[in-house]
Amino acid sequence: MTRLSGQNLLLRGYVVLVFVFVFTPIVTSFVFSVNSDRFPTIPLGHFTTHWYETIFSDPDIWEAFRVSALVSISVAILATFIGFCTAYTDYRYNFTGKALYLSLALLPPTIPLVIMGLAMLALLARINMSGQIHSIVVSHVVLCAPFAMAVIRMRLAQINPDLEPAAWNLGASPWRAMREVIIPFCRPAIASAFCLTAAVSFDEFAVAWFVSGLNKTVPVMILEILQGNTDPQINAIGSIVFAISMSLVVIAQLIFFRKTSAPTTTGI
Amino acid sequence: MPNTSQARPLVSFEGVTKHYGTVAAVHAMDLDIFTGEFLALMGPSGCGKTTSLRMLAGLEEPTEGEIRLDGRRINEINSADRDTPMVWQSLALFPFLNVRQNVEFGLKMRKISPRDRQERAMRWLDRLEIADLAERDISQLSGGQRQRVALARSLVTEPRILLLDEPLSALDANLVVKMQGVLARLQKELGITFVYVTHSQSEAFAMSDRVVIMSQGRIEQIGSPKTIYRNPTSRFVADFVGSNNIFSGTISKEGATLQVNTPVGCFSCSPANDGNLFKTGSTLSMVVSADLVQISLTSPETANKVRCRFISEEFVGSIVTVFAELENGADFKVQVRQRDLADLGLKAGTVFYASWKATDVHLISESA
Repeated sequence: MTRLSGQNLLLRGYVVLVFVFVFTPIVTSFVFSVNSDRFPTIPLGHFTTHWYETIFSDPDIWEAFRVSALVSISVAILATFIGFCTAYTDYRYNFTGKALYLSLALLPPTIPLVIMGLAMLALLARINMSGQIHSIVVSHVVLCAPFAMAVIRMRLAQINPDLEPAAWNLGASPWRAMREVIIPFCRPAIASAFCLTAAVSFDEFAVAWFVSGLNKTVPVMILEILQGNTDPQINAIGSIVFAISMSLVVIAQLIFFRKTSAPTTTGI
Repeated sequence: MPNTSQARPLVSFEGVTKHYGTVAAVHAMDLDIFTGEFLALMGPSGCGKTTSLRMLAGLEEPTEGEIRLDGRRINEINSADRDTPMVWQSLALFPFLNVRQNVEFGLKMRKISPRDRQERAMRWLDRLEIADLAERDISQLSGGQRQRVALARSLVTEPRILLLDEPLSALDANLVVKMQGVLARLQKELGITFVYVTHSQSEAFAMSDRVVIMSQGRIEQIGSPKTIYRNPTSRFVADFVGSNNIFSGTISKEGATLQVNTPVGCFSCSPANDGNLFKTGSTLSMVVSADLVQISLTSPETANKVRCRFISEEFVGSIVTVFAELENGADFKVQVRQRDLADLGLKAGTVFYASWKATDVHLISESA
């Protein structure tokens, strides 16, 4: 018993260490974003919201937030739709080359972002589509759809395979069964995929940097400011970005696990 | 048993075959199902009973042959347009809808107005005695209540035929018996056709007018429960029905009373099915039903007897199944009243005699 609790203590300590390691830089960034000193040094100066006021009065930063919001919402809609279709195809049909189809569908996140950004730029430039907001959207959809697919596929794996045929048997056309059975069943996963893809898109820097041109997203903006000077307003922007994407991810998790932990089979 | 000679069948299978790749799940099946009958499709798993039902429901398409509903070929008609609702083994209730919404589903698909929908759903919930659960979530219901919801959901469109795919297999034994009563009564009251797939003999025999025994994609025998039980036409059926002692033998004397030579002795038989069909030297299976056997401690005055050693008993109430061993090691089953068995005082290893009347033997030609 004592041995067990000793092990337990060790494990807890380990978990705490991991979290400290992950969150220290973010916490640091937040601390310096409300610190009055120009440079990140200890001892700290006094509390201030000055840096937040600076960024909120900067129209360029507002513009970057607007672009980011527009991009991430468009990406979330498109990527969730494509992800749902891919996941449903995998659930409903068996066909030759299905393994290949699945690995292709899941491939994009495994490609190094720089390569992906470069490739996207090369392609979009060739078809005169680079440097616009929709070029970022297109590139991010490619990157995010697999995440949406993975989340929705997980949900479809829990469905009683008789539900859809039962709807057909009760008079539903295939489209109607999709609308009345599959989509309601997947609703928590769809909402969760929406938030998750929005967060991924909102955060993404490398690809956006390649294809955004003059339509800078927030991460691209951060780099530009950093290249000019180091200024605590970077910490302020960073904290806001962190808060937005973390909220999206947490919402995604909450929706998925709260809704899907209820009994899902109706048989026994 | 409905009059099968004149009525036009509601459903007919004509040479229906279903292949999955190279495997034939159902092979050249011919079957007529009549209006108002309770028909059970029964057989071991993999015999093709569920595939046949799914073809009738429109969830599988036959590879060959024709399925007709009311005289019309329905092979190419979608499940949605057939009105052949099915009660699923998993029940397949929609977990995101409440009880009433589940029952309304079929009506909603038929574009019935919300008010009519609700009224008709409530009528069926009431009929199945679960009206008070209308607004509950499916996850809050017991197994028996879910069963009733599934029935109401399938019956709400007032179909002429209801398909049931082992609907009781998830319930406890006492609930099964109760639901059997509910189903049988419902079928009689509604006067519609029930096609019931099961592997359980007790379910099939308790409720149906006719039983279809299937094996390896083929129909082995069709008949009333009593016919199947007393007059199996093949060794498979005799074996599947479960309470039979079956011996392979050859005829040593032909005539109205036959002599049959088996590994456990020579017996005389006057089978109810025409004994004259069997000729000297032909091979057959001799079926002695376990419930038509008398037991005694002393050798009785009859030729039709075997010496047995008591092994064990299975007590199910007033009737006890005795498992015994013959002199050559073959198994022998006897069903007797618990009182009669207690009077004999059998213990493991006790030797006793089992005997039967020559007229109670059933013979199956080996070529059949």
